[in-house]
Amino acid sequence: MTIEHKDIYKIADHHRFQWEKAQDCYVILFPEGMVKLNGGAGEVLNLVDGVATVATIIELLTVKFPDAPNLEGDIIGMIELGLEKAWIQKTN
Amino acid sequence: MAEQNNGVSSATTTTQPLWLLAEITYRCPLHCAFCYNPTDYDKHTQNELDTKSWLSVLNQARDLGAAQLGISGGEPLLRDDIEIIVEEAHQLGYYSNLITSGVGLTDKRIDAFKKGGLDHIQLSMHDITEEINNFITDTKTFQLKKKVAAMIKDRGYPMVLNVVIHRYNIGHIKEILEMAEALGADYVELANTQYYGWSLINRNQLMPTKEQIDHAEMVTNQYRDKVGNKMKIFFVVPDYYAERPKKCMNGWGEVFMIVTANGDVLPCHSARVIPNLEFPNVKDDSIKGAWYESPAFNKFRGDEWMKEPCRSCPEKENDLGGCRCQAFLLTGDAESADPVCSLSPNRHVIEKAVLDAQNPELQAKPIIFRTDKNSKRINEGEEKDRLSEFHSVP
Repeated sequence: MTIEHKDIYKIADHHRFQWEKAQDCYVILFPEGMVKLNGGAGEVLNLVDGVATVATIIELLTVKFPDAPNLEGDIIGMIELGLEKAWIQKTN
Repeated sequence: MAEQNNGVSSATTTTQPLWLLAEITYRCPLHCAFCYNPTDYDKHTQNELDTKSWLSVLNQARDLGAAQLGISGGEPLLRDDIEIIVEEAHQLGYYSNLITSGVGLTDKRIDAFKKGGLDHIQLSMHDITEEINNFITDTKTFQLKKKVAAMIKDRGYPMVLNVVIHRYNIGHIKEILEMAEALGADYVELANTQYYGWSLINRNQLMPTKEQIDHAEMVTNQYRDKVGNKMKIFFVVPDYYAERPKKCMNGWGEVFMIVTANGDVLPCHSARVIPNLEFPNVKDDSIKGAWYESPAFNKFRGDEWMKEPCRSCPEKENDLGGCRCQAFLLTGDAESADPVCSLSPNRHVIEKAVLDAQNPELQAKPIIFRTDKNSKRINEGEEKDRLSEFHSVP
C-alpha cells in the first residue's frame, strides 16, 4: 500500500500503545505479544491517533526534530512497518 | 563474575519481568489428560491466596515492569473475585488475558469483565467432535464451548482459541481450523502437547507419530496461506520431534514470572519439579526480592551453570540448553542438556519415549485423568509405578 499524506491511521483494534516507565520506552501490547519500540518508532506511533494525517505527523516531528536527516522517509517507513505488522490500521 | 553461594549462582540480572501469569486456582471442572499442572496440585487447593494478596501481587509485578497479564488456573472462573482482579489490572495498565475453559462464563460475568477492562479471552477448544472433546476432558463441555465462543465475539473481544494437540485430535487439524474460522477466532494456537505434569504420565496415550506431526504442520501451513492475516495461526512444534531444544520461557527468569494459587513465585510452570530449589512465596517475600535476589530465580540465569556439551556449544545462546524441568524429569539432572537436543548424551531417552508411545501394549494402559481424586491418590503414594515410569530418578 502506498502511504499518502492525507491518510489517517490509528492503533489497530485489539492493540494497545502505551508508555512503559520500567522499560523507558513505548510498547505495543496485543494478544500473546508485546513489542518494545525504539525512540523514533515510538515517537511516530504516539502520533498515530486516528485524527492526525500523515502530513500532520511529518510536520509535528519536523518541528520536534529539526536536525534529523530524511525524517519523512523514516516516518513513512515506520507507518509501512506498522501496517505490515498489523499494529496500525487506516481509518480514511 | 557470579559468586558461588551454597552452589547457587547469584548472578545479578538487569532484565525485568514482562509477563505475569497468575495461576489463580488449581480447582478445575475439566479433567484434561494433557494438563501441565503438577500431579500433586491437590495439596495447593486449600491454601489459595486471597483477593487482597492477588491485588498486591499485581501492583508489585507492575512496578517491576510486567505488562502482559494472564489469569489462568485450573479454571480461574471458579473464583468469584476475577472481576475485582481484572479491574485492578486494567487500572494498573496491564494488557490482561483470561485463559479459560469457558465453564462458568455467564453473560453477567463477561459484561463485568468488559466493563472492568479485560483485554482478551483465550478459550480452550479440544476437537470438532463431541466425542473426543468429552473424552479427553472427561466432561460434557462440547456445546458449552461453542456458546462461550459466541459470547466472546458478541462482546467484541479478540478471541484466541487454544487447542492442545494429541493423538486423538491430530487428524482433525483442517476441520479444527475451519471451526475456528467459522467461530470468528482472531488467533488459533495449535499447541502440540508437551510432556509435563499430567501429560507426562499419559505420554504413551497422547503422543502422535512424527508422520502425524509433519502432516499436521503441512495442513496448518496450507490453511495459513489461505486465511492470511484474518486469523493468525500458531503451530507449536513438540519438543520430542525437534533436533534442538526450545529456548524455554525465553530464558529462566528473563521475562516470565508465574505466581501459583498458593503464592509460590516461579520462573516457569513446572519449576517445582526440580529438587533442592526453594521457591519464594508472596506470603513471605516481595515480588522484587523473588525476581532479583532469590537463589531459585538466579539458579539458571546466564550460562555459568551449564555443563558440557552446552557450555562450549556455539549454539548455547540460541536455546540456553533448553528446558531445565525437562532435563531433570528425563535425565535426573537439571543442569544437563535438555535431552531433546541431538547433541545431548541422553538423546536416547527421547528416542525411547517416542518408540514407547507407538507400543500398543503401553498405549493400552489407562489414562490417568487430572482429577482431585487422582491427585490425592498420587499424594498418598499411589500410582508410584506409573510415576517412576516417566520420571527419571537422580
